This record gives sequence, C-alpha cells and structure tokens, in this order.
Amino acid sequence: MSVITYRDALNQALREEMHRDDRVFIMGEEVAVYQGAYKVSKGLLQEFGEMRVVDTPITELGFAGVGVGAAMVGLRPIIEFMTWNFALLAIDQVVNSAAKMLYMSGGQYNIPMVFRGPNGAALQLSAQHSQAWESWLAHIPGLKVVAPGTPYDAKGLLKSAIRDDNPVIVLEGEMLYNTKGEVPENEEVIVPIGKAELKREGEHASIITHGKMVLTALQAADQLGKQGINVDVVDLRTIRPMDIDAITTSVRKTNRAVVLEEGWEICGVGAQVVDYIQRECFDDLDAPVVRIHQADVPMPYAKNLERAAKPDAAKTVAAVKKVMYLE
Amino acid sequence: MATKVVMEALSPTMEEGRLVKWLKNEGDQVKNGETLAEVETDKAIMELVARGEGVLRKRLLNENDAAPVGQLIAVIAAPDENIDALVSGAGDGAAAPAAPAGASAGASAGATSVPRGPAQSQGEASAPPQEKAASAPPAPPAGRPAAPPAPSAAPSGNGGGRMRSSPLARRMASENGLDLQAVQGSGPGGRIIKRDVEAAVASGAVRQQPVAARLVPAGEDFRDAPLTQIRKTIARRLSESIGPIPTFYLTAEFDMERVAEMRGAMAAMGDEFKVSFNDIVLKAVATALAQHPEVNAHWLGDKIRYFNRVHLGMAVAIDDGLITPVIFDADQKRMSEISRESRELAKRARERKLKPEEYTGSTFSVSNLGMFGIDQFTAIINPPEVGILAIGALEEKPVVIDGALATRKRMRVTMSCDHRVVDGALGARFLQTLRRLIENPLMLVY
Repeated sequence: MSVITYRDALNQALREEMHRDDRVFIMGEEVAVYQGAYKVSKGLLQEFGEMRVVDTPITELGFAGVGVGAAMVGLRPIIEFMTWNFALLAIDQVVNSAAKMLYMSGGQYNIPMVFRGPNGAALQLSAQHSQAWESWLAHIPGLKVVAPGTPYDAKGLLKSAIRDDNPVIVLEGEMLYNTKGEVPENEEVIVPIGKAELKREGEHASIITHGKMVLTALQAADQLGKQGINVDVVDLRTIRPMDIDAITTSVRKTNRAVVLEEGWEICGVGAQVVDYIQRECFDDLDAPVVRIHQADVPMPYAKNLERAAKPDAAKTVAAVKKVMYLE
Repeated sequence: MATKVVMEALSPTMEEGRLVKWLKNEGDQVKNGETLAEVETDKAIMELVARGEGVLRKRLLNENDAAPVGQLIAVIAAPDENIDALVSGAGDGAAAPAAPAGASAGASAGATSVPRGPAQSQGEASAPPQEKAASAPPAPPAGRPAAPPAPSAAPSGNGGGRMRSSPLARRMASENGLDLQAVQGSGPGGRIIKRDVEAAVASGAVRQQPVAARLVPAGEDFRDAPLTQIRKTIARRLSESIGPIPTFYLTAEFDMERVAEMRGAMAAMGDEFKVSFNDIVLKAVATALAQHPEVNAHWLGDKIRYFNRVHLGMAVAIDDGLITPVIFDADQKRMSEISRESRELAKRARERKLKPEEYTGSTFSVSNLGMFGIDQFTAIINPPEVGILAIGALEEKPVVIDGALATRKRMRVTMSCDHRVVDGALGARFLQTLRRLIENPLMLVY
C-alpha cells in the first residue's frame, strides 16, 4: 500500500487505461506539452505520443464536439476541461450530443467518453470560477456523474468511467489534487459507478455527502467524536445513478440526517437526497433533515465573506447537533 | 425547576375533581409518574400522578375539597427553590398561561411546567440564538448522547393544539403499545421525539394490551350504513311520537331449567367451575349479538354504525348511582373469562376504581335486577346504543307443557329497542335466538 496524491491517482488511472485500450485518448487545453494545467496528464505525451495526448485551442464547444464525434466512430475519448466553469461553453455538446446520442440514434451510437476536470470552489477565485456544477449535470438523463473525494476513489472511479460505454462526468477538485491517501500499488483499483461508501461509522446521525465535502464531513465527524457523538459519513461517490440503499440503510439506523454539499441550495443534489429520505425513511425520522450548502449568493471574493459562504466543519457539527436536538 | 401540579381531566367528561386523599406529604421526594393523590371524578376514583421530579413543596387543596380542572393544587420543586410567586398565584391556575415562552403548542391537559426565571434560563429553548452560538456546546454527553441535556420541559401540546411527534416517535409508540398522549415532548414546540418515547417506555408507561386482542376478528371493527329514506322517515315519525329515542319493548319468558341443570353440573365439578346465572345470560346475549349485528349498533344521527365486535355493557348498581363497565369482545370470550371479568368489573365499579376506558365503548347493554326480586322491568337505552336487555328474576312457575301443568324455572327478559334502528320483527328475531341459546345452553359451547 502506498500513499499518493489525488493528482497522481488520476494520472495512474489515465496511464493504466491508455495502456489497457489503445482506443483511449485524452484531449484538452494544455494537456500535452504543458503536462496539464494541474499536471494530471503529466508524462502522458512522452509515453503515448501526440496522436493520443492532444492539445487543443481554447475552444471548449469545439473539442467537446470532436470528442463526441470520435466516440461515435469507436474511439474512447477523455475530454479534460481546465475547470468545469469553462465547460459551460461546451454544455450543448455534453447535454444535447453526448447524453442523447444513444437515445436519438435508436441505440446505434454509444458514446463511451469521459468529461473530466476540477469542480467547485478553490480559494479566492471569485464568482465565475468557484462553482459546483453537479446538480446541473446530474439533472440530465443519459449522463453518469461521479465525484470522488479520495485518491483511491479518484483512481477507481476514473478507470470505471473510462471503461463505461456511456458518457461519464468526472468531477474532481482543485483543492483535492494535493490531498493524499492510500492506493494499493500492485492491484487493479476499480470503484464501481453507482456505489456509495460508508467512510465513517456511527449511530447517532448520518452525514450524507460527496466529493470534496467528504473531507469536511470527516473533520466534523472527528470533532463530534470528541463529544461522544458518533456519525455515519455516507460518501455517495456517484451522484447519478445515486446509491439510494446506502442512504436509507444509514438513515434507518441513525434516524437523523444531515446532507452536505458544496453547491447552492435550490434544486441541489441535497434536495434529491432529502427526497429519497422522506420517501423511503419517513417513519424512521426523529427530526427534519438539515441541509448544509453554499450560501445562496455568487461566491464572494473577499476572504472573510468567502469563508462565510462556504459549507465547513463547524456548520456541519452544528447541523448534526440540531438534528439530535442538542442545540 | 418547579412543576405545577394541576387538577387534571381524569375522565373524558370531568370538569372538577374532589381530592379524596393525598398520598404524599409536603416535603416528600417525588418522582415523575409517582402517584400524588387520589381524585374522585364524576365517574370513578383515579390516581393523579406527578409530572415532574423534586420535592412536594406545597399542597394547595385540602382532602375532600374539590377543584376545577386546570386549577393549581400543588407545587413540586427543588428543596431550596423559591416558589412564592407560584403559590401566591394559586387559584387562578386554570386561566394562567402555563406554557413557557417558545412552546407554542399550548398548555397540556396535565401538569405543566413553569416558565423559569431569567437567572435560570440558560439552555432554555427561548434563549436568543447569538447566545447559543457564542456559548460552548452543551456538556459533552457521555456515552449515548441520545439522553442529552435535560429537556426544557415544554408541554407536549397534547391538550391545546395538535400533538406534535416525529414519525419515528409515532412508530416506536405504536410498536410499544404506548399512548403518545401520555408522553411529554422535549423537542421544539413540544414535539415528542425518540428519547421521549424511550424514556416513557423505560418508565413502564406502556399500556396493557387488552386481554381480547388475540381474539379480535380481522377487518374493520364496524360498518357504517348510510340512512335510507325509509329509515329516515321511520326515525323522524317515531321520534315525533315518543321522546328523543322512540323506544318500544319486547318481553319474553325463557325456560331456565337447562341453564339451572348446567350450572348445577358445573358447580358439582368444583368451585373453580362455578358460574352465576347472570354469567350464562351474558354469554348468551353476547353470542346472540354476534349473530344479529343489526341490533349491535349505534345511532349516530346521520348514519347507523353496525359493529363487527361485541362490547357488552353491564349495568352495575353502586352506592349513589349506576355505571356500565364493558366486557370487550364478549362474544369471543369463554364463560369462565366472562364470569371472572364481570365479577372483577362489578367489584371495582363498587369501589369506584374503574378507569374511563373500562366503562366506555359498549355496543349493547344488559341490566339485571333479578337479584332484587323484580319479575320484569324496562331499562332505559344508553345512547347511542340501540338496545338494552332487562333481566328479571328467575322464578319457579306453573307452566303448561304438552297439555299438562308443570313447574319450571322461568326468567323474563325485556328488550328496549330504539325503533329508529331496530324494528319489532328484528328485535323479536334477536330474542328468538337468545331463547334458543338459553333454553339449550349447550349451544353456548358449540
């Protein structure tokens, strides 16, 4: 077992899958010569050559569309967006071409491709560059959406995404690239799409979350543990299709739930989670479910305001106490 | 924190209660749920229990005095707590706003807690949010924090507004046979939550399962029949003719020889098999009612409710009146059970120890004055029931059997029927069935 960064875990996944299947190629801004804006594609140009590691102009709609076309004729493209904020320019290809091609061609064209890149806020990148897009993307039938929070899940989910015959959205995190975790060296790491994981086990409340917020939830769980409160931390890992059983199993055990996400409140991923809970666990609830999310404003630039707008461990701790009637 | 003890509504219709006896003295330590006093309601003598813990500091009602429901009659508090303000406010307790600030659900029917003074209000539900945010989290719960800091004893709101409870609490209460009305909620607005139910279950407040639960037939307990035009007309015309309940009476005389034989044979088998004539009659009436659901009914004004279960009321004379305890699911019970239950109910009725649920809910009633030597009488229907059977004395009489005179044990019964529901022929068919059962009592064990 070795401890590596989230960045290197993604790099390993790309390298292994490009070795495994020569139809796999990566395309995006600065992925080749510059070795990736966040160095996720480091070394790949040298190893696989410029036919399979392709630099593009700053034309998100264009290269996303080229990717869809390549997938239609049998290749397995990986499209890197420098961040998901820039992917808004390509959303027509993601939503109207990639997600719908199989359906509208009457099953003739699979789109085995991956759209990946960092999602959510980093630090003081202001309103246009600090946004979490999972609720937009997970809204679309025809897409799968994964949001790994640890190096292990990053490697395992990216590999599953590359092998999947449908378009898969991989939401990474700028603040996650340097985080470290254990990833086994000499065995295949595959994390199935659609399977959540209990990252921490407790009995008093469930924190249900995904992506970068998994780390926040674990911090909160540590703080609560010191006060004798033990929580389940359910890491969804995949937003669509969502692992409803994992959610309901935990809530039926603890009777109380806090749903934590990075994005905004209205129509957020958490709203969907709460809906599953009220439908499946109504008679198990001892308290209304509480959601933690970004404040309903464009992300402020000022450091203090940015901190106030973001979900964090302290807010999560308070929410857990609220569902336990301790505050 | 002080707890007000108020006169509680201990029966559905109670407006005031007389304090029969205090069971705790001033200065005694009392626990939540412990009996403080015996209170006579309009129906029975009931126990008044403490809704809080501490020392019974002050008794404000003398034995034998009565107080309206809601009036402050005692105070439970810590030994050194100042209760002057409470005690001086006694007397207007019924009208006093007893709910603490923030508890919007209104005063509970039971004893309610007292708003705390400002000096004692830390952790109180009404504390301003800033104060809560700034202060350290509540004392670290040791082990399972599901039994957290003392609940701010907001009333559960089961008196005033709608009772609030979490879905989980409702499920747990139903699984444990617990009546949520009796549980004090500690959540926001008096919401009853998991820990409240757990505490109530732990304190043994679980309702006893009715004995007959095992016998209850599947399906609905009753069937509502909308009134047909002819029923409406009969009801209106006959009510115009006689009182609010247009009653008519059917009298029949039953031969009791075989009942007497059976009873004698049973008694000969040993004391534990002894049953009274009345027990046999009750069993027979219950069996007949099960076969005639059309007289086992309630008149509800706009509809008739026909019961699929037989809950037999039996009138019991007590010193200053009468009361009708109920043998539930009487048709499903064996004679020995009916015998034991009727004896027990009658005894406790005379001691005025019946609980309200033991004298409400009957679907048909029986009144027996035979032991007073009354040959025959008419009993008054207990609405909304539609019939009552008056049992006369068992007597040896000359009767003609097969053209020859003989002496036989005979008993007269008179059924009062509400004509809005029970027509003459219907009542007669019921009595026919009853006659067949009583004159051939072996059918009761068939």
